[in-house]
Amino acid sequence: MIAYTIRRTLIAIPTLLIVLTITFVLIRIAPGDPAEVRLGDYASKAAVEALRSEMGLNRPIWIQYLDTLKGLLQGDFGRSMVNGRPISNDLIRSIPYTLELTLVGIIFGAVFGIPTGVYTAVKRNTLADYIGRTLSLGGLSFPTFYLGILLMLVFAIKIPIFPVVGGGDLRNLGENLYHLFLPGLTLGLIMTAYVTRMTRSSVLNILNEDYVRTARAKGLTERKVIYIHLLRNALLPITALIGVYAIVLIGGSVMVEIVFSRPGLGKMMIGALKQRDYTTLQAVMITFTSFVVLINLITDLTYGLIDPRVRYK
Amino acid sequence: MKQRSMRRKILRTFFRNRTSIIGACISVAMLLIAILAPWISPYDPLKQNVYYRLTPPERSHLLGTDEYGRDVLSRVFTGARISFLVGVISIALGMLIGTGMGMIGGYAGGRVETGLMRLLDIIMSFPDEVFGVMVMIVLGPGMENVIIAITILMIPRFARMGHAPTLAIKEVDYIASAKSIGASDFRIIMRHILPNIFGEVLVMGTLWLGTAIRLEASLSFLGVGVPPPTPTLGNIVRVGVDFLAVAPWVSVFAGLAILISIFGFNLLGDGLRDITDPKLYAR
Repeated sequence: MIAYTIRRTLIAIPTLLIVLTITFVLIRIAPGDPAEVRLGDYASKAAVEALRSEMGLNRPIWIQYLDTLKGLLQGDFGRSMVNGRPISNDLIRSIPYTLELTLVGIIFGAVFGIPTGVYTAVKRNTLADYIGRTLSLGGLSFPTFYLGILLMLVFAIKIPIFPVVGGGDLRNLGENLYHLFLPGLTLGLIMTAYVTRMTRSSVLNILNEDYVRTARAKGLTERKVIYIHLLRNALLPITALIGVYAIVLIGGSVMVEIVFSRPGLGKMMIGALKQRDYTTLQAVMITFTSFVVLINLITDLTYGLIDPRVRYK
Repeated sequence: MKQRSMRRKILRTFFRNRTSIIGACISVAMLLIAILAPWISPYDPLKQNVYYRLTPPERSHLLGTDEYGRDVLSRVFTGARISFLVGVISIALGMLIGTGMGMIGGYAGGRVETGLMRLLDIIMSFPDEVFGVMVMIVLGPGMENVIIAITILMIPRFARMGHAPTLAIKEVDYIASAKSIGASDFRIIMRHILPNIFGEVLVMGTLWLGTAIRLEASLSFLGVGVPPPTPTLGNIVRVGVDFLAVAPWVSVFAGLAILISIFGFNLLGDGLRDITDPKLYAR
């Protein structure tokens, strides 16, 4: 297991590096000079030049790249192009909002999605299965932002029981959860649709395995067959797909944060986009993708822990 | 027991056909609306009328009007036209480039394959919305650029579709025979590998058309899509959100059009996939 952990972690490093490089390059070739953006349209040429050299923009691109990497290794994301403040502070303030939202989303999705998925698979081709499948396909068809808007319209505007915007104070648990309810519900429902569908197909794949037939043949109750033989084995592919959920989850959280104006990473990204604050944008992109790489790493390690065969591939 | 399984079989077949039929009906209806939008729209989707600002749905404006007094129904029709156009073109391009890359990668093997698939895996490890925003920042706003962004997001999906079956097919005897009589690599890929996976790719294309429409809507909603005044389903919803408390019909109806379209393509694609996948009949 130790060898596998080391090997898998080492593989994550080049992936992260490539992701960083792609982000860096994309941000650099984006139109608009950062110094000009910061000084506005009426700045003199000399002032722009001065700021460019202060920001280190007239150095060779690969030195800038190495500098960015060096900063990132020390946890320094640089300074905002618009207000000059260190980006790390804003990141630290935003991350908890995104983290709690995505956590609620995935837990909600697992709690409701896994049982529904197992149930519809076991009762396949019955009315319950068709209803479940249609609902989960409906959930998959819902753009996250539209579900958010509908929930907001009903539960915050027409029947004003929940707040329309904001994230609530993180130190005040009650207020925070109150603000988290509708965004969490939005993301949770979308995740439920995904988890239900994937669980159903994982269980269906196992339903025809020999050991399930053996379990039934030796006279186990259906309940025991499902809980001990089916679910345990189905959990493997379900765990393996957590990486896929993570990508959907993070993408969804961006949309939910915009709809409900939650001060998380997605909001930070779009805010930076509007102000053409490329350094902040770069920092948020890197944070997002690091999350994905990290979640994939954890998933693979967990998988290796559960299923020893994976370690020797 | 026998009768019961018989009934299940009938129910299953019926349902399977019915989902695809319902999906096909919805998709065709939405496509027709999109194509015929200029002729069936009751008003000019861009024409402003200050006397009719934010009017609720009524007989002259079935879905109400927006903050400039523009007819929401006409805007939704035209919006669907633009959104579908973006979706169909990006899927077609993604299919062409992606499947091609996947087949070439799988057929060539070695470093080409590893490099290509690794690059595509990395694109897929970004959340769609995040990568889409990144591409749009680089390209700037505009319909062509939205198409490019969505195409880039679709390429890895189709590449995977083309890649895995190619690996299996290239080991089959008839490929060796084709090679032995001197068929070129190009000919082998086009005549012997492509026909084997074409159906599957087309089915997934239908399914992913829903995804492409959702992505267009998401990018427009985030403000990096097709810029106003050109209506797309996503930017109608986006602008409507500012008036959600006083005029919810703008966002609600435009969003509903997105939902119905995606649901239609998902149903159709799902049904088609079930029908074309013989493995599922065993269940």
